[in-house]
Amino acid sequence: MELLSNPQQIWQFASQPWHWAVSGVAIASILFLLTWMGRSFGVSTAFRNFCHMAGAGKKWSFFNFDLKSEYWRMAFVFGAIGGGFIAANLLQSPEAVAISDATIAHLADWGVNYPEGHGFMSTSLFDIATPIGILLALAGGFLVGFGARYGDGCTSGHAISGLSHLQLPSLITVIGFFIGGLFMTWVIMPLIFG
Amino acid sequence: MRLLSFFAVGLLFGIIMTKSEAISWFRIHEMFRFESFHMYGIIGVAVVAGAVAIAVMKKFKIKTLENTIVSYTPMKLNVTRHLLAGTIFGLGWALLGACPGPMFVMLGHGFWIFAIIILGATLGTFAYGVVQHRLPH
Repeated sequence: MELLSNPQQIWQFASQPWHWAVSGVAIASILFLLTWMGRSFGVSTAFRNFCHMAGAGKKWSFFNFDLKSEYWRMAFVFGAIGGGFIAANLLQSPEAVAISDATIAHLADWGVNYPEGHGFMSTSLFDIATPIGILLALAGGFLVGFGARYGDGCTSGHAISGLSHLQLPSLITVIGFFIGGLFMTWVIMPLIFG
Repeated sequence: MRLLSFFAVGLLFGIIMTKSEAISWFRIHEMFRFESFHMYGIIGVAVVAGAVAIAVMKKFKIKTLENTIVSYTPMKLNVTRHLLAGTIFGLGWALLGACPGPMFVMLGHGFWIFAIIILGATLGTFAYGVVQHRLPH
């Protein structure tokens, strides 16, 4: 343990990217914590809460519910924003995300000069300063929001929580995630960015 | 106090999602192109570890902090609905390289485009609430 003999080295250790197996167990620990706290792991319902807060419950029954039962999820979501802030500012790895050379070469064809956004976000394909960037953000968000609610859950609710509970509807939903994701990646995105 | 503990779990979630790189647009793109094992490893381990944790909690009837036992309300099986909804979600997930959890974490990173993405997701949720009775469930 000589490696971790002083605080700076401990900090460097904590700031390196994690192995996928460590990450998987860590994400499962969030599922465990929320389950143990009497809730189920799910993020997308937060969007329904936003609709409720904007007053949609007055006209559409889907948004008419007691927000009190959702306070915990709002606290969790605000925590996620804070966690992102902490990780980006205090625990940032020195190097950008190490994606595969094949992906880097393919993205170069789309004009992406890797790394962008420290390897976290393509700031050239999704440029907030351009109408196309904003349009893509709205369209992508719309699909995620609509699909998550229609399917009654997103990646956390179905792929992590639902599969952990061995639910067949969740497995079929996850298969759908991949049908849509592969079609977008291999057919639609080359048309937009290629 | 209770809300504060959920906020703390959220903080932990944001840090884990960053260090795992699962919030990276590039990691998701790479995953759908089958050019790396990284994301499949994360999801696979998370599901197996999660299933073990849930099974243990159910088997030993471990009480939650709300004094309930761990259970799951099953959804009514409707293959058309699940496949259709999943596909719509997947289209957006692959384009943005982010599902709902990462959207909030990325906002915390200071990628402001995610404020617009979250607005889009809220509009999509609203649209579902308006047309839900016309969709197969």
